[in-house]
Amino acid sequence: MDELESFRQEMRVFVEQSAPESLRGTRKGRFDGYWGGRNAKPEADVKRWFDVALERRLTAPTWPRAVGGAGLSNAQARVFDQELARLELPPPLVGVGLTMIGPTLFDYGTDAQRAEHLPRIVRGEVRWCQGYSEPGAGSDLAAVSTRAVRDGDHFVINGQKVWTSFADKSDWIFALVRTDPSAKKQLGITFVLIDMASPGVSARPIELISGASPFCETFFEDVRVPLANVVGDVNAGWTVAKALLGYERSMIGEAMSGEIAAAEAELVARARVALAADSGPLPDDAIRLMIARTAMQERCFAFTIERLRQSAKAGQAPGSESSILKVVASELKQARWEHAMRIVGVDGLGWDGPGFDAQDLAATREWLRSRANTIEGGTSEVQLNIIAKQVLGLGV
Amino acid sequence: MNVQLLPNEQQLLLKQNARGLFRERGAVGRIRALRDTRDATGFSRELWREMAQLGWVGLCFPEAYEGFGLDFSDLCLVLEEAGRQLAPEPWLSTVLLGAQALLLGGTDGQKGRWLPGVARGETLLAVAYEEPGELANCQTRAVRTAGALRLSGEKLQVFDAHLANALIVFARVDAGHTLFLIDPKARGVGIQRQNRIDGRNAAIVRFDEVQVESGAMLGEGGRGLELLQRVIDRATIGLCAEMLGGATQAFEDTVDYLKTRKQFGVTIGSFQALAHRAARMFIDLSLARSAVAVAARSVDQAGEPAAIAKLASLAKARCSETFTHVTGEAIQMHGGIGVTDDFHIGFYFKRARAADVLFGDANFHLRRWAALSGY
Repeated sequence: MDELESFRQEMRVFVEQSAPESLRGTRKGRFDGYWGGRNAKPEADVKRWFDVALERRLTAPTWPRAVGGAGLSNAQARVFDQELARLELPPPLVGVGLTMIGPTLFDYGTDAQRAEHLPRIVRGEVRWCQGYSEPGAGSDLAAVSTRAVRDGDHFVINGQKVWTSFADKSDWIFALVRTDPSAKKQLGITFVLIDMASPGVSARPIELISGASPFCETFFEDVRVPLANVVGDVNAGWTVAKALLGYERSMIGEAMSGEIAAAEAELVARARVALAADSGPLPDDAIRLMIARTAMQERCFAFTIERLRQSAKAGQAPGSESSILKVVASELKQARWEHAMRIVGVDGLGWDGPGFDAQDLAATREWLRSRANTIEGGTSEVQLNIIAKQVLGLGV
Repeated sequence: MNVQLLPNEQQLLLKQNARGLFRERGAVGRIRALRDTRDATGFSRELWREMAQLGWVGLCFPEAYEGFGLDFSDLCLVLEEAGRQLAPEPWLSTVLLGAQALLLGGTDGQKGRWLPGVARGETLLAVAYEEPGELANCQTRAVRTAGALRLSGEKLQVFDAHLANALIVFARVDAGHTLFLIDPKARGVGIQRQNRIDGRNAAIVRFDEVQVESGAMLGEGGRGLELLQRVIDRATIGLCAEMLGGATQAFEDTVDYLKTRKQFGVTIGSFQALAHRAARMFIDLSLARSAVAVAARSVDQAGEPAAIAKLASLAKARCSETFTHVTGEAIQMHGGIGVTDDFHIGFYFKRARAADVLFGDANFHLRRWAALSGY
């Protein structure tokens, strides 16, 4: 038995013996799970699953042991994830601490910052959120105007962020602030870590067209932040910000790939009900082609992720091609929910209450939520600009 | 997934050699010359023999038949490079359809009789299967009369039939279907060349009570449809590699044009209206490349015919849409020059249409995928 296979056996035994019965079969996307944080009130089994995983250092599988991770190779981490997927278990810990600010601190943080923050992410003690966009800085992110003025060994911060995911539930925020208003816009930005318990920080949820409120507006009023909380150099935050956007986009793309297998079967099942066709070819050819086309695109997308993973492993540059992942993933997700709505027709028009199927109501909300997928984390148009400029070398 | 989707070093070298040879000896412009001179062969015999000597023609034949014993995915890399220059050499007729039919269905004797000649670049094969309608509705029949089996019917768009040393004919026999090896010079065989938009060799082949020799049956009698379908699935994957190459080249030429053509004092690639569409083409190509790689590997791994069939449909639907999309955009972005015969991009557009309808267009393969997936 090769090493990876014996590792798989080890993980299988661990997962089967340790994962609470009630969590099996509950895995959804990669963002669904326990986010941790000072204000978290997890259900008993969720907490139990987190605790046993933490004991095995598996809340941050690939992070070094020095900060509390398990130090797994990427291949081992995939094996662990596959073993979770086998029982449809959620990961023990999810969130932007693991996927965004953690990797950023590994690459750009100081030793002191790593020592302070990484172990607390691993232990689920701190939930992070991202303070990037502002009312006047959306696609043109470098136009951020939240102001940070030096006062001794602190910055004093004033301004507003928007689309801060789960700011109302988070403990810390990493933010882009303007430290030099006279410099060219990319050269006057600093990347800072802010404790949201600091006086002057407040957050207010934004209700979306789906009725959900995953995002907030976050306000800063004379918030004092130690200079030690700057990541990278003062006025060099744009470099850090761009690297982090790279992690974010690859995460969004990768997270999507997990949802693919079930999507085709779900759409077919909905169509069978709507068209009253228990078996055989779907009698509505337009719906049949629509489902097949998207399912086939999704399959091609999954193969592309695999191909890019192999080329990254082979040491080839993570590469230009990975810039396509976010735009494809988000458009496929939208297509899937569009199809779901088209299939059910008037049954998809319910908002809540009686007369509508619970599954249809949920699908309708997902359909509305999916409109944000091609906007958040860089609009599709921004992604196309990046491909045109950085990959194709067109002078856009 | 444990499938290796990246070419290894040896494969990269093969690809690089193929790219060089096609660019130097078989660049796309010769399609115009072959057409204008009404060339009797329709491709370069010399180039074909040269590629045979390099081992490419018999690349994935067993060594016993003078092949190299390499993988189908190796062959697909050569086909991709052939596709970049729209090379009209008889890959489809002889290597993908004819040789695959022999490899999958032939006896040792049949393989030994034909494959070494193919590998040497001397023997050409043509598979006559196309008729109006579905494969199963084949109207060409072999009927037993006075002790001999006689074949009658008409096949359309048979690739390279006018040059073939052997025809492999798909015919109805009683209630089933069977493939037969027929001598194109046999009494009752009529071959009439057709002119296609893509300049590829095709012909109408008529059979008028052609006597089928004993030992001419290829594969099991009555199960010819199954065999033909397996052959076509492999040929489809090979065709997809060719389409990927053609689409990639048309795309790269277009991006070059966007970087050099100036209007309003700037390169036209600086306009978002064009740059975003170029990015969309890049995305399409990336997905198509993955589909072709996975499909080609599935042949090497000797997967179940149904699994290969599904991946062949996936690749073909993707490549049909991509090649059509990319070449349409390529013409548009080249502007006026793009619609002239003097410029080469129109050849890619024409080939895209021809390749789209060959072995079933995109919609055909969407339906087939759905059927194979149980809906």
